[in-house]
Amino acid sequence: MPIMKSFRNIGHRVVSAVWRIGLATRFFLLTLAYSGTSFRRFHLTIKELFSTGVMSLIIIVVAGLFVGMVLGLQGYETLKRYGSESALGVMVALGLVRELGPVVAALLFASRAGSAMTAEIGLMKATEQITAMEMMAVNPIARIVAPRFWAGVISMPLLAAMFSAVGVFGGYFVGVIQIGVDEGSFWSQMQAAVDFREDILNGVLKSFVFGTVVTVIALFEGYDAPPTAEGVSGATTRTVVTSSLAILMLDFILTAIMFRGN
Amino acid sequence: MERTTLDLWVGIFVVGGIAALVMLAMKVGNLGTYNVSEAYQVHAYFSNIGGLKPKASIKSAGVLVGRVTDISLDMERYEARVTMSLDKRYQFPKDTAAKILTSGLLGEQYIGFDVGGDEAMLKNGDEVKMTQSAVVLEDLIGKFIYSKAEGSTN
Repeated sequence: MPIMKSFRNIGHRVVSAVWRIGLATRFFLLTLAYSGTSFRRFHLTIKELFSTGVMSLIIIVVAGLFVGMVLGLQGYETLKRYGSESALGVMVALGLVRELGPVVAALLFASRAGSAMTAEIGLMKATEQITAMEMMAVNPIARIVAPRFWAGVISMPLLAAMFSAVGVFGGYFVGVIQIGVDEGSFWSQMQAAVDFREDILNGVLKSFVFGTVVTVIALFEGYDAPPTAEGVSGATTRTVVTSSLAILMLDFILTAIMFRGN
Repeated sequence: MERTTLDLWVGIFVVGGIAALVMLAMKVGNLGTYNVSEAYQVHAYFSNIGGLKPKASIKSAGVLVGRVTDISLDMERYEARVTMSLDKRYQFPKDTAAKILTSGLLGEQYIGFDVGGDEAMLKNGDEVKMTQSAVVLEDLIGKFIYSKAEGSTN
């Protein structure tokens, strides 16, 4: 009976999805539990900070610059209709600090650093390096996973802050230098409207949450990947898809909690 | 421990990130412009606050001197009680009047201080006695129509 079979298929998929969520949670807690090594031997974390944080710098800075420039251009076109071009700074800064900075930086981070993490750990598993470590009584979660996790968690807020800061200058470049919005009102209205705790710290908090989620998804997918070439490629794809969706959904939830339209 | 170029790059990365945060806080945000630590509180009663919101600015002669910290309805007088936090550097006479004004035609509302001539100054916890409520557009139109109708009968 094909109908029964498709029902069974759906059930099987749901059960295995829930199973994987449980597994990922246990993996996350294990990573936290074995985090001691990544701070005691901090050079392990520094090495990962280099490959996740520093190597993502260029894409983050260039993307931030262009996003800010587009915001400046589009914002000007819209605000001009209401004769309030002087509010361009507010629009660029709030848009970047609250939303685009954390979200776009996290999406770029997921595809730049997250996919690399998954592929690296998946290949380590496929070439039985992880098994070899276990044979030598080295805990692979403490030695491989935890430093990468902390590197991701530390670098994500820094990258998002850089994205926003560069974006504001991109908006400044297009709005003030190219179009000719008044420089004084650009900065002063921005400063009057952007609140440090409400806007900037909430943005940092958002990017911290995104960093944690993206890194856990990437590491778990790599650790859980079938040890074949196909399995690793599938896991890499799943990392990018799952973490992008997770970022966007979490962003909605966090925004609803943080800014309740007051 | 051995120093490597890797450490240098990570250092540059961390310093850059923190610098970006500081820049956001100082240049983009309001942390560098207005400090509420040195402030004193006064309150005032308005019969109608219009669209005044917490954190609205308080200006005297156009200069920002404080912020609205709290708005509530007083259940004895049925008037809006507005608590204001003023910068310690600025002292105002006791007979200062507070008006709710609007910046521009569609701009946000703020409180303007008209300075009086009293010798005694407002202190922490004092009340600003003289107030002028927000102008409500509907009331204004109503008055205008009323006066027009009155004028046409003569």
